[in-house]
Amino acid sequence: MSSRDLILTRIRRALAGVPDVEIPRAYRGPSTASTAGGSPGSATGGVSGRPDDRARPSGETTVPPGARAEVSGEGTGASGETTRPSDEPTEPPGETAEPPGARIRLFEERVGDYRAVVHVVNEADTAGRVARSLAGRGARRVVVPAGFPSEWLTDADVEALADDPPLSAVDLDGVDGVVTTCAVAIAETGTIVLDTGPGQGRRALTLVPDYHLCVVRAAQIVAGVPDAVARLDPRRPLTWISGPSATSDIELNRVEGVHGPRTLEVLIVT
Amino acid sequence: MTVTFLGMPADRPFPRNAARAVRNSQLRFNLRKATRTIRARRASVVAEAPDWAELREAGRAIKEHTLRNLDRYLVQLEEAVTAAGGHVHWAADAAEANRIVAGLVKATGETEVVKVKSMATQEIGLNEALREQGITAYETDLAELIVQLGDDRPSHILVPAIHRNRAEIREIFSEHMSGWGRPAPGDLTDDPAALAEAARLHLRERFLKTKVAISGANFAIAETGTMVVLESEGNGRMCLTLPRTLISVVGIEKVLPTWRDLEVFLQLLPRSSTGERMNPYTSMWTGAVEGQEFHLVLLDNGRTRVLADEVGRQTLRCIRCSACLNVCPVYERTGGHAYGSVYPGPIGAILTPQLRGMGSELDRSLPYASSLCGACYEVCPVAIDIPSVLVELRARARHPWAERAGMAAAGWVFERSGRLARLQRAGGRLRGLVPRRLPGPLAGWTDTRDLPEVPKESFREWWDRTDGGRR
Repeated sequence: MSSRDLILTRIRRALAGVPDVEIPRAYRGPSTASTAGGSPGSATGGVSGRPDDRARPSGETTVPPGARAEVSGEGTGASGETTRPSDEPTEPPGETAEPPGARIRLFEERVGDYRAVVHVVNEADTAGRVARSLAGRGARRVVVPAGFPSEWLTDADVEALADDPPLSAVDLDGVDGVVTTCAVAIAETGTIVLDTGPGQGRRALTLVPDYHLCVVRAAQIVAGVPDAVARLDPRRPLTWISGPSATSDIELNRVEGVHGPRTLEVLIVT
Repeated sequence: MTVTFLGMPADRPFPRNAARAVRNSQLRFNLRKATRTIRARRASVVAEAPDWAELREAGRAIKEHTLRNLDRYLVQLEEAVTAAGGHVHWAADAAEANRIVAGLVKATGETEVVKVKSMATQEIGLNEALREQGITAYETDLAELIVQLGDDRPSHILVPAIHRNRAEIREIFSEHMSGWGRPAPGDLTDDPAALAEAARLHLRERFLKTKVAISGANFAIAETGTMVVLESEGNGRMCLTLPRTLISVVGIEKVLPTWRDLEVFLQLLPRSSTGERMNPYTSMWTGAVEGQEFHLVLLDNGRTRVLADEVGRQTLRCIRCSACLNVCPVYERTGGHAYGSVYPGPIGAILTPQLRGMGSELDRSLPYASSLCGACYEVCPVAIDIPSVLVELRARARHPWAERAGMAAAGWVFERSGRLARLQRAGGRLRGLVPRRLPGPLAGWTDTRDLPEVPKESFREWWDRTDGGRR
C-alpha cells in the first residue's frame, strides 16, 4: 500500500461515525461593495476570473473634496509622518455607511503604527511626492515594474530600471529601491497586498531592494481582512505586507529591518 | 505501537527537567520578561477586535469540519496543487518524510538548502537527516539561526531562542557565525538592531545564491491548492521566492477547505501569535510559480492516531500560535526545554504524548505539567480545551507503582466498613509514630504537602462514645 493510501485509510478509519459540524460565520464579513466581484471559490475557468482593472480602479471620485483636504498630508510640510493623527486607536469603521475619508485615515494610522512612512496626496501632487520621496532617500537607480503609471515618475530624477530582461537577484541587491502599485490595501490592519499585477512586478522586485515605495489609490483601500480575501485571486502569487521587515526574536523587542526592505514608504493617492 | 520521533530525546521526566530549569535564574528572568511583553501585546490587539469571540468560534468550527472531512480535503488539495504544476508526496512518518526531502534535494544536485522556520521539519529532525546525506541546511529565521549557531534546542514555538538574552546572542554570533559563513562584525554590540543587522549580512549572500529552499506552511487551501506562510523578517520571502526549487513539508492537519476560510485565520493567527494586527509578511502561492519547481510533502507522523481519539483529536486544530505558552504559569517558570519535545508548553503537554505515545516516563509526565488553571484554553484562538485533554491523558497514563499500590490498598480498605474502622482505630493509636515525611516513593507526596493530622478517634467512634455529643 502506498503511503498515500495508508494515510487516507487511517483517516477514514479514525473518522468512522464522527458527526460533521456547522460553521458559524457571525464575525464581520466583507462589506457588500468588495464582494461584487464574486468569490474565487465560485470562479471557474481561466486565470482571469475577475476584472483585470481591479489593480487600478479610478478611485478619485469616491473621496469628497472636503475629506481630501482634511486627510492630505501635503501643504503642511514634506514629511508625511508628522501629519498622521495621534496614536490613539481609532474605532474600526462600520461596514457600509462609513465615509471613505475615515477609512483612508484609519489605513494611514495603521500603516504608521508599523513605523512605515506614510503620505496622503491628491492625484495632481503624486508625481511631486514620488520625486521628493526618492530624492529624500537618495535613490538614484530604481526598479520600475511594467505597468507602473509613467505620469507618477515625470518629476523624479532617477534611472528607472525595467525588469526586462529579468534582473538577477544580485542586480536587485545593488539597486537603491523599487516603486510599485498594489492590488488591494486593508485599513484595519494597515496592510498592502501585491499580486504581481500591473505596476507590481514579480515577487523578488519588492523583496531584495532595501527601499520600497508603494503607491496606493484610495479606492483600493478596503475595510478589513475579509474584504481583501474576497477581492484577491489566489491563483496569483500574493504578498501581504504590513510595515517594513521586522523581528521580535531578541527578548521580544521589535526591531524593524531584517531581510526584507528596511524602509517601507506608502503614498495614498486620493 | 510505533515510536513517533519529535525532534528531541525524551529521557528524563518533566519534574526533573523542571526542577533543573527553575534553578536557572537567568532563564527565568528572560522568560518572565518575554512572556509578559507578548501577553500584554496580544491582549491589546485581541480587545481591539469587536468580533473576536465570533472569529474564534468560526476558527474552531472550520478546523473541526476540516478534520471531519480530512481525507476528502487532502485529495482535493493534492489535485489542486498538481493542476497548478506542483508535485505532491505523502509521508507516513518522519523517516519517510526525511527520505523524500533528501531525495528531492539530491535530484537537484545541490548540497546546501536554506530553510524557513517550520515546526514540521523540526518535528521530523530534517536538518540532522539531511546532514547524514551530506546536505547542509541553513536556518534563516533569526531565532532559529541563534539556536543553530549555538548548537542549542528551540524552547518556544514562535520564538525558539526565547531563553536567550541579548548578551548571550551577541556571544553566540561573535563566536559561531564564522563557522557557518560570513563572520559577525568585530565590533558587534548587544543592541537588538545591531544583532539583527549582523544576521542580515550573514544571510544575504546565502539567500542570493542558494538554489533549494525548504519550508513548512501555516495553511494549505484545498479548494485552490494555495500555500500560506506567515512571517516577520522576510527570510521566508527570500526562501520562497529566490531559489529554483521549493520543498514544503506540511502536516496533514494544516489544510483548510476554502480560500474564504483565510479571512478568519489571517485575523486569528497574527493577533494570537505575535500580538500584531498583522504580521509583516504573508506569502501565498499556488503550485509552481514564476518558474520555480514546487514539491509538497504531506506528513502524518502520528497525526492520524491523534485523529482517532475522540477527546484528543481537537489537539489537531492547533495553528501553532503559541499563545498558550505565553500565558502558562508553568511554562513561564520552566521554559520549553523541560518538555523534551519541539512542542513545549500546554499544547506540547497534550500534543507530544499523543503523537509519541505514552511509552516513556517523560511522555507520561507531560499531562501533569499543568496546574489546570485554564488560561491556555481561554486564549486558544481555535478553542482547544487543553485542560480537559490533560485530565483525559492523566487518566490514561500508567501511574507509578507506588501510587497504584496505594490506590489498590485504599480500595481494599474502603470496600468493607469493618476494615475502615479497624484501620482508623489503629491509626488513632499509632498517630504519634506518623512521620512528617513519608518514606520511600511516598516522599514525593510529602515533599510539597503537609500530612494531615491523624485524629485520636474517628467520627464514628466519637459518636458511639458520646451518643452524638449528648454524653
